[in-house]
Amino acid sequence: MFRNLSFRYKIPLRATLLVLITAFMLTAAIVLREYDQMRSDIFDNAENLGQVLARTLITPIQYDDLWRAFEIINIPAHATKPSSLAADLLLVVDAEQRVLVSSQPRYHPVSTPLADLGEIYAALADEIANLGLYASRAVELPDSGYFHLLMPIVHDGVPLGVLVMEYPKSIYKPRFYSIVSRSAFITLLVLLVLLPLSWYWGRRMADPLVQLADCMGMVSERIPDTQECRLYQSRDEIGRAGEQLKRMLLALSEKQALEQQIIASERLAAIGRITAGIAHEVNNPLGGMLNAISTWKRHGQPEHLAEKTLPLLERGLLQIKETVAALLVEARVQSHPLTDADLHDIQTLLQPHINNKRLSLKWQGALAEAVDLPSTQVRQVLMNLLLNAVQAADPGSQVLCGTELKDGCLLIRVENQGEPIPPEQQSHLFEPFVSHSQQGHGLGLWVTYQLVQQMHGDIYVNSIASGTTVFVVCLPIGGSER
Amino acid sequence: MKRRSLLLGMGAALATGPFALASEARATLRIGLTPVFLDDQAAFLNRWRDYLQQRTGVPIQFVQRSSYREILEQVVTGELDLAWLCGFPYVMERRYLRLMVAPVFQGKPEYHSYLIGQSTQDADDIADLKDKVFAFSDPNSFSGYLYPRHRLQQEGFAIEGYFRRSFFTWSHRKVVEAVAVGLADAGAVAGYVWETMDKLYPRVTANTRVIRRSAAYGFPPFVARADLDGDVFERVQAVFLAMRHDVDGARLLEELNLDGFVPAEDAMYESIAEIAKDSRLAG
Repeated sequence: MFRNLSFRYKIPLRATLLVLITAFMLTAAIVLREYDQMRSDIFDNAENLGQVLARTLITPIQYDDLWRAFEIINIPAHATKPSSLAADLLLVVDAEQRVLVSSQPRYHPVSTPLADLGEIYAALADEIANLGLYASRAVELPDSGYFHLLMPIVHDGVPLGVLVMEYPKSIYKPRFYSIVSRSAFITLLVLLVLLPLSWYWGRRMADPLVQLADCMGMVSERIPDTQECRLYQSRDEIGRAGEQLKRMLLALSEKQALEQQIIASERLAAIGRITAGIAHEVNNPLGGMLNAISTWKRHGQPEHLAEKTLPLLERGLLQIKETVAALLVEARVQSHPLTDADLHDIQTLLQPHINNKRLSLKWQGALAEAVDLPSTQVRQVLMNLLLNAVQAADPGSQVLCGTELKDGCLLIRVENQGEPIPPEQQSHLFEPFVSHSQQGHGLGLWVTYQLVQQMHGDIYVNSIASGTTVFVVCLPIGGSER
Repeated sequence: MKRRSLLLGMGAALATGPFALASEARATLRIGLTPVFLDDQAAFLNRWRDYLQQRTGVPIQFVQRSSYREILEQVVTGELDLAWLCGFPYVMERRYLRLMVAPVFQGKPEYHSYLIGQSTQDADDIADLKDKVFAFSDPNSFSGYLYPRHRLQQEGFAIEGYFRRSFFTWSHRKVVEAVAVGLADAGAVAGYVWETMDKLYPRVTANTRVIRRSAAYGFPPFVARADLDGDVFERVQAVFLAMRHDVDGARLLEELNLDGFVPAEDAMYESIAEIAKDSRLAG
């Protein structure tokens, strides 16, 4: 999907992606830093408060003044307005880790061992056991929604107990959200500036490429004029590619002109050859006939000579007729659809020629049912190709004929071993009067070609140096009716 | 707020206390207050002082301390002229003191010691509270300490080790609060204070339940140092006695949740004295 998108969009989109990634990374980095800062702020605040409370609690603990201790820890625990300092719970445990006083006395009754208050407090009890005399410790238990600050209460080097301050982990949330929303806002502002800019630059980068591609796209059968292409002028890679394209267009149009010239002259040459062929074929009997007439006239038109001359004239005219008939390939011959029997006929007809040259014929494929192709034409095509193959085959070799129905086509493949057809002859193979053997008048392949054309088929030849020559004919079934 | 007013009161007392004695001598009548009532309402105390000042014609200063003992000592030594004391410290030191008036609460100059528990507490008597956390008000309070202690003795228990934990809040009001928040399972409090709080702060008392009311005992009286000038004594006593008869006084009494004052007599505190003697504490 993206691969097929125009550079007009691809480059701006990539630029946008880069801008977005950069913005996101920067925002994330800022948010992370702020989060760390905020955390340490909160811890510092909590620790300061804890230190003050721990000192204040010394006297009430010494004097066993439970109510006073409760009043002290109850103030921060019930701060009226929510602040980063509002602890959810403050708890004082004595040196034996029993609850001395809690800001939630209903849940933490006086004198209860801390470890009996639940898993989290049992874990805290372990932490407290490892607490130094003077160092406070922040504990973040993974399965608790709170973090705890443990603050030892020490008087004159004697541990009196530990103040436990419980803060919800969600205490970060409001400040965290405000940091995130602020960063997001700034990022959005930056994006508002950067995105149109990146689109503009992206378009500017893509435009020369698009022009280049458009110009190249115009190259088809017609080579566009260099004036038609509006190309980007510069010395950078795209500019150089444009220059090169102009040069190539020029070379291409020159080549095209040359090709057209060659084709025209080739066509003229072919016409010349055909004309020469026809002239030759017609001229041969004409010469004999004119001689005979001249002889007949010279001898005062005797009866016996007329008897000899007329059959000679007839034979000559018949030869000319034959030649002309071969050139005018009969297309409108009524014939039945091709059946397997037709193929068998051809095998039978071919057999004497095969035997003469001591060849073997290998036949592949059969027609299960009648095929909608004119049998007469197909038979002639097959016969012509096979006779050629037999003629060209090395004595004792194998001639192969295969028929196959494939993709709505009757595929005919005729293969023989023998002298390959030289490449220069292959291009004129299907022209009339081009015979490369001593026998024949050179019309067989031309007729074959005409027949195949009439049936809207194709014919190919492939002759390789090792000596295998293959003719492949593809006849679309029902094609003659198109 | 509560703490601040207390601190302010203490600060003021300290500033004018010992130094004021020498210069102003007896010009100012110094009245000591103890937390036998809701003594943490600074605005009310100012109005009451102004009222007494106006009616007696004598400059009056209220002195508040954090325990009964401090007020008791000061009135015994003569640093204070008057004091609103609990009946128990009075009977302990009565040779140095002279009864002036007793407040009338619910028609009689009497009050009760309440044994209160958390609202979920199902105890019936102090005997059911073994191994609980118990809040007393002040070691010199009759209703908040002497009486429950005496009750335990009667039941055959020594107070030491009977409760899992006990502590003093140094104020009746705070006993109610300690029980209400759940810091203490139960506590002993002056019935007058609980009833007044029930009127003013029903949300606090809703978390508590009166387990048992004691018999009636003499209401904490106003006492004068024994050597207070007789004229002054009578003038001040008359003002107290007349309070219920004028509008301003009646309004103040209403805020105190009292009906008025009657002359206090020694006989009213005999039952407290007996319990004190019984507890081998009487002096």
